[in-house]
Amino acid sequence: MNKLFRWLFGNKQPPAKTQDITDTAPLTEQQIQSIVNNQNPRFDLQQLVSACGQSVGKQRDLNEDSLLAITTTMAGNSGNLPFGLYIVADGMGGHQFGEVASNAAIRTVAGYVLRKFHPYLFHVKTDTMDESFQEIMQAAVTEAQRAIQREAPGSGTTLTAALVVGQQITVAHVGDSRAYFIYPDGRVEPITRDHSLVKRLEELGHITPEEAENYPHRNVLYRALGQGEILDPDIFTIGFPQPGFLMICSDGLWGVVAEQDLIRSVIDAPNLQRACQNLVSAANTAGGPDNISVVLTQLIG
Amino acid sequence: MYEIDMLPAFKRLSNKAVQTIIYRIRRSALETRIFPELSDDRGDEGSPPPRQLQAGVTLAKRYAIQEVIGVGGMGSVYRARDMHFPNVTKLVAVKEMINTAPDPVVRDNIVQNFEREANLLATLQHPSIPRISDYFTVESRSYLVLEFIHGKDMEAIINETNGFLPEDQVLSWAVELCDVLDYLHKHKPDPIIFRDMKPSNVMINHNGDVILVDFGIAKTFQTGIKGTMIGTEGYSPPEQYRGEATPSADIYAMGATIHHALTRRDPRLEPPFSFAERPIRRINPSVSPELEAVVNTALEYNTESRFRAAADMKQALTSVARKTGALVRMSPPAGSSQSSGIKPLWTFKCEDEIRGTPTLAQGLLYIGSYDNNLYALNAADGKFQWKYPTDGGIVSRPALFDGNVYIGSEDKRLHVVSARSGKVVWTYFTNGPIRSSPRVAEGHVFIGSDDSCLHAININSGRMAWRFETADPVRSTPFVTNELVYAGCETGDYYAVDFRGELKWRFRAKRAITSSTTGLGQALFFSSMDGTLYCLDSRNGWVIWRFRLGKASISTPYAIDDLVFVGAADGFIYAVEAKSSKEVWRFRTEHQVNGSPVVYKDSLYCGSVDGNLYCLEYRTGRLRWKFGTEGAITGTPLVYDDIVYIGSTDHQVYALLA
Repeated sequence: MNKLFRWLFGNKQPPAKTQDITDTAPLTEQQIQSIVNNQNPRFDLQQLVSACGQSVGKQRDLNEDSLLAITTTMAGNSGNLPFGLYIVADGMGGHQFGEVASNAAIRTVAGYVLRKFHPYLFHVKTDTMDESFQEIMQAAVTEAQRAIQREAPGSGTTLTAALVVGQQITVAHVGDSRAYFIYPDGRVEPITRDHSLVKRLEELGHITPEEAENYPHRNVLYRALGQGEILDPDIFTIGFPQPGFLMICSDGLWGVVAEQDLIRSVIDAPNLQRACQNLVSAANTAGGPDNISVVLTQLIG
Repeated sequence: MYEIDMLPAFKRLSNKAVQTIIYRIRRSALETRIFPELSDDRGDEGSPPPRQLQAGVTLAKRYAIQEVIGVGGMGSVYRARDMHFPNVTKLVAVKEMINTAPDPVVRDNIVQNFEREANLLATLQHPSIPRISDYFTVESRSYLVLEFIHGKDMEAIINETNGFLPEDQVLSWAVELCDVLDYLHKHKPDPIIFRDMKPSNVMINHNGDVILVDFGIAKTFQTGIKGTMIGTEGYSPPEQYRGEATPSADIYAMGATIHHALTRRDPRLEPPFSFAERPIRRINPSVSPELEAVVNTALEYNTESRFRAAADMKQALTSVARKTGALVRMSPPAGSSQSSGIKPLWTFKCEDEIRGTPTLAQGLLYIGSYDNNLYALNAADGKFQWKYPTDGGIVSRPALFDGNVYIGSEDKRLHVVSARSGKVVWTYFTNGPIRSSPRVAEGHVFIGSDDSCLHAININSGRMAWRFETADPVRSTPFVTNELVYAGCETGDYYAVDFRGELKWRFRAKRAITSSTTGLGQALFFSSMDGTLYCLDSRNGWVIWRFRLGKASISTPYAIDDLVFVGAADGFIYAVEAKSSKEVWRFRTEHQVNGSPVVYKDSLYCGSVDGNLYCLEYRTGRLRWKFGTEGAITGTPLVYDDIVYIGSTDHQVYALLA
């Protein structure tokens, strides 16, 4: 290109670039694409981006799912750190109070976590936090358990929450909403384990994966937020896939759309927002039997 | 405080009157109430948690609350004195149910459950079922008045007992529980399914007899719009999650309860239906095979394979009791004395204690001793090759790089000697004794010193590149990854320093970090004298998780696959999941574990101050063998080519077959 310009305009300076390529936020599509294409994990400035989608589905009148996506950076003593909190909760119960439970779960968990990080997000704090990510998530889930038992006894909710600080994702998970890693090469990796009867029976080898597909009690959970006196959430920390996506969704998506179609919807989409729209409409096209919630995030740079 | 004078009138109950009670639910108040979740902007605070009644409050002008004896999801259980008997102290248990639900439908449902429990209890007569004497509702709180049981629940007994409960005791409880289940299941016109058998619902009274409590749960599995049902965890059989509640479900839960009592493993903390993965006698070998067989039958996955009735299970249990008798005890399996029979391939004796760790390269083993010398031995036969004298004790581990051995000494120097000849190449002075081991990376050697500095020395020139001042002596070994150098010091400060010697981030533990760092992916692991194993993000120093050890630790963690291993002064070797910080196993040695564990193939090797080198299966923590030395082991074993090398404070280096 430069050669062409020189030939056209002689030895003059090349014309000003039409595309501003300085790193600004939000980045343009091309900038994101070029960063994504050249990325290998580095010790450098990174940016967290996210999008989400939700639909009541085609067969329900009520949305019992709740969703939260917060994406920002934390200015700290070791530079600007990506910070994100993403939660999907799928409420259920014998009453129409699933949404009370899922709402309470999201509010309580997000409120607890953000209060802990408040000094680090909004003040310059140099001393390190007393608690670990996993302790904070554990305490947040315990708070949410109490809140649900108080506000809607008898109901329950799934909860899949991901706290992103830097390149670490700390997940708290109860129930059968799911978190996945999706890689640009088309691989997918579920990172949570369903607390459902059908999954447990499959793990024990009492039923085959094929039988599991058609199992009559697919929705029965053995662990749910708001239920039971001892709640033992799965809490773990895992590195953000680079390159790749973190997806959190309710069973209204993963139970309806085939895995291959999930992956295609994500990696073929031009951006995360479009990917979420594609996912939601794929679930609705497949009948939309349940509420649909999805959050997609990506760490770029 | 609680408004006692505002109590509505309550009704004393006869068994017949139970069904005619009308609950005073304040509907009008409810209907105008705005749900807190819609209007409340106070974050997750919501409504304040319901208050417990204070001692001294008198309920219904009759029951003087004395103290809280239990807390459930819906309210508390109190011990109260019945003031209708002024001349004697008659104690009752008052079970409270607080209706906090903002929705009238939910509230009604809760009241129905409460009523069901009261109705049920009023019709039952069995020595293992508490008698109900009264019930009433005060505003949003409902109360059941029950016979007070002098005793404790089985869960508390399990938790408070050191070691395992005696088999005979568990057996006699199990027989009584079968008896009461049999009574419930034979109830006319319909069998009563208890549905919630678990240790916390079984009280043991002062006579040692069992009392079944909490008939209120009796969960039915409601199907919501979503079609999702929720089951109870841990003790319930598979079919109960499908909404089937049968006598067989109670039998399974009964088996689960006995399993918990015999093994001390809480099934709520394990995956459902995983009892078969925790055979009773593997955890508690003192249990008789007969009792184990009965429990296994109750815990069969398929209902057809379980006891058909509680009476059958009772029968089986009593015949176990006859067979094993109170006196005929199973002799514990003859524990093969696993320390004998292992002969070292060779040993080598120094002139003083060995507290450090060996290094091996090209057939030579290098190890420092408290006798001031660095030794080079032939790794195959332990033959002495050369020794290099320093002017102070050596307590660390040598590093090898490019034909040279690097070793710090308490003579304040870092010594660099030729690996072949033992001739000195250069030395480097610090201003304090060196107890940290050298780390060679990127053309530099990094080492800590008691002069409260982290030193970076150019390996070609032997000159200081930079010196980073810390708050206190650095006795840990620097760790290098991500172009950063990490080291902890004796105040508990932990530093990440870049290759120019500038601080990148800092973390602070509550006490000294003498342990060195291990890395796995982006995670750093180290232990501290504050009794914690830390996992930090290597890039920014945020704490990913903390794991509580029984006591302080100076042991350097070892990480492999998805596991982290560490020792502590409480004598345990711990195995912890790297991702979730869940304990996988712990193994008890007889004294402090100050050295680091290492994994080779599928074995973990670790020394203890009790003098033994332990070899454990690294996934399960089961003992393979142990080898006794004549002094405390404080160093870390080295395993190479199927041979374990370990130094001991008995002055000797041992080489053993791995």
